[in-house]
Amino acid sequence: MDFVVPTVDLGSIAPALLVLATALLVLVGELFTAPGRKGALAVLALLGVAGAMAKSFLLWGQSQAAFSGMVALDNYGLFFGLIFLIALGMTVLLSVRYLGQMDMDHGEYYVLLLLAVFGMMLMASGTDLIVIFLGLEILSLALYVLAGFARTDLGAQEAALKYFLLGAFSSGFLLYGAALTYAATGTTNLARIVSFLAQAGVAGNPLLWIAVGLLIVGFGFKVATVPFQMWVPDVYQGAPTPVTAFMSVGAKAAGFAGFLRVFLYAFPALSVDWTWLLAALAVLTMTLGNVVAIAQGDIKRMLAYSSIAHAGYLLVAMASNSQAGVSAVLFYMVAYAFTNLGAFAVVVYLARQGQEALELSDYAGLGSRAPLVALAMTIFMVSLAGVPPTAGFVAKFYLFGAAVEAGLVWLAVVSVLNSVISAYYYLRLIVIMYMREPVPEAAPASTAPLVSVSLAIAATATLLLGLFPSALLALAQSTVGAIFKI
Amino acid sequence: MVPVSYYLILSGILFTIGTVGILVRRNALIIFMSIEVMLNAVNLTFLAAGRYLNSLDGQVIVFLVLTVAAAEVAVGLALIVAIFRSRGTTDVDEVNLLKW
Repeated sequence: MDFVVPTVDLGSIAPALLVLATALLVLVGELFTAPGRKGALAVLALLGVAGAMAKSFLLWGQSQAAFSGMVALDNYGLFFGLIFLIALGMTVLLSVRYLGQMDMDHGEYYVLLLLAVFGMMLMASGTDLIVIFLGLEILSLALYVLAGFARTDLGAQEAALKYFLLGAFSSGFLLYGAALTYAATGTTNLARIVSFLAQAGVAGNPLLWIAVGLLIVGFGFKVATVPFQMWVPDVYQGAPTPVTAFMSVGAKAAGFAGFLRVFLYAFPALSVDWTWLLAALAVLTMTLGNVVAIAQGDIKRMLAYSSIAHAGYLLVAMASNSQAGVSAVLFYMVAYAFTNLGAFAVVVYLARQGQEALELSDYAGLGSRAPLVALAMTIFMVSLAGVPPTAGFVAKFYLFGAAVEAGLVWLAVVSVLNSVISAYYYLRLIVIMYMREPVPEAAPASTAPLVSVSLAIAATATLLLGLFPSALLALAQSTVGAIFKI
Repeated sequence: MVPVSYYLILSGILFTIGTVGILVRRNALIIFMSIEVMLNAVNLTFLAAGRYLNSLDGQVIVFLVLTVAAAEVAVGLALIVAIFRSRGTTDVDEVNLLKW
């Protein structure tokens, strides 16, 4: 037995450390801010986000392993890190007024958001199953608490309990997969798994197949694929709306970051076995998500099923197991982040003191009550449905293109048919906003400058990415080197 | 010496007991205990494999898993207590406001 003291190279995880430092700073700052003035902590959190973003751009292009191969500094991790930071920044903007309205203005909220992002960044840059597991746990624990942050609200309590029980359950599967991988290959390090499999082959190692199956279940829970999606609608509906927005983008992106890196990088030797499985899961996931979303009358629940469907689309790109597939996932994640955060921003915008606009009927006549907000919501719905000239269209185009390139034409066809189904419930909301008369008691929404800013950012980004996708696509393509050694 | 396959089979059985417990029991605390059984099955796998492979990694990982499990207990019990205070039950079938 040999024991090597790892070299400590903090610089390679600097963006994540900046987020962590900000979290601790906000935690201390919470002690010195009076109740009702917690908005100052939001400013601090935003500064941390800006700093981490700047640091990520400075590190862009570097590629090195750190902490004895436990984490890697590469474009792939940095790209995902930027997605998490965008989600965090937007969520903070959404939260300030909302927390006051719902009477839960506590500084710990921002601490938990920052800690969740720290876990996500660790997960995206982890190159060891254990680091990926720890990152996942850090982000999950923070999100369990955030889901139940309105702690006297029965719905929030229930959402938190369901999220916690199923999340811990799925972590068990993921961890058991890691343990069996360790038993089968003698290591949890992704690079060493690759070299072991290249040397010893996969034949005569039944534990490995069980391990891969368990890892698929574990990650499947986190990114919400059928049949592991049952927690999503309840949790998304019960959690505070900004938290739902954050979860639907950040946690999903983090799940896919780990999922992609583990499967495409470490287990290509078994790809014949898992690609068809992922393809089957993709079909089930998008079909169930889209069909059930049609029946929803609550907008958060509708967006929850829509997020399940989008996980299905992302699995299509994963199943194609190619460089084009990885860059398509990354592009899709950015497009989805802006679009979905924007859609939830509209829900937050319409919230009033202690009360939210959650029924689809609450959106009747929004086109005449708040034309700009209705216009933004239209952009987001059109983008989620995948209609040009929005980011959603370009993202879906790359995604399905990757599937066709990989010879999965049938899968691309099923995905396109699914997009058609999804157009029904996305466009229905637009019809409700413009064609229906407003219900009489609907009071005009109060002004919300920060929410408006995030709405404007999201709408602009959704349109810009739809019109000029090439710059972001080039960035996404520069990350695949981490997964496919060229 | 007991062969490593025995330990792997035992941990497989423990993991299955935990999984079945989560699926059939309805008390949140029992479900929570089942999750702990699953995590300890994983710990056993790591320990047995580490011993078999003559590597320390497995044993170090167990410390990390224990730490994570402890953190989960802190959050999980707090949630269950909050639920119990407001509803007077920890039966997950009675915690059902949200459904479609």
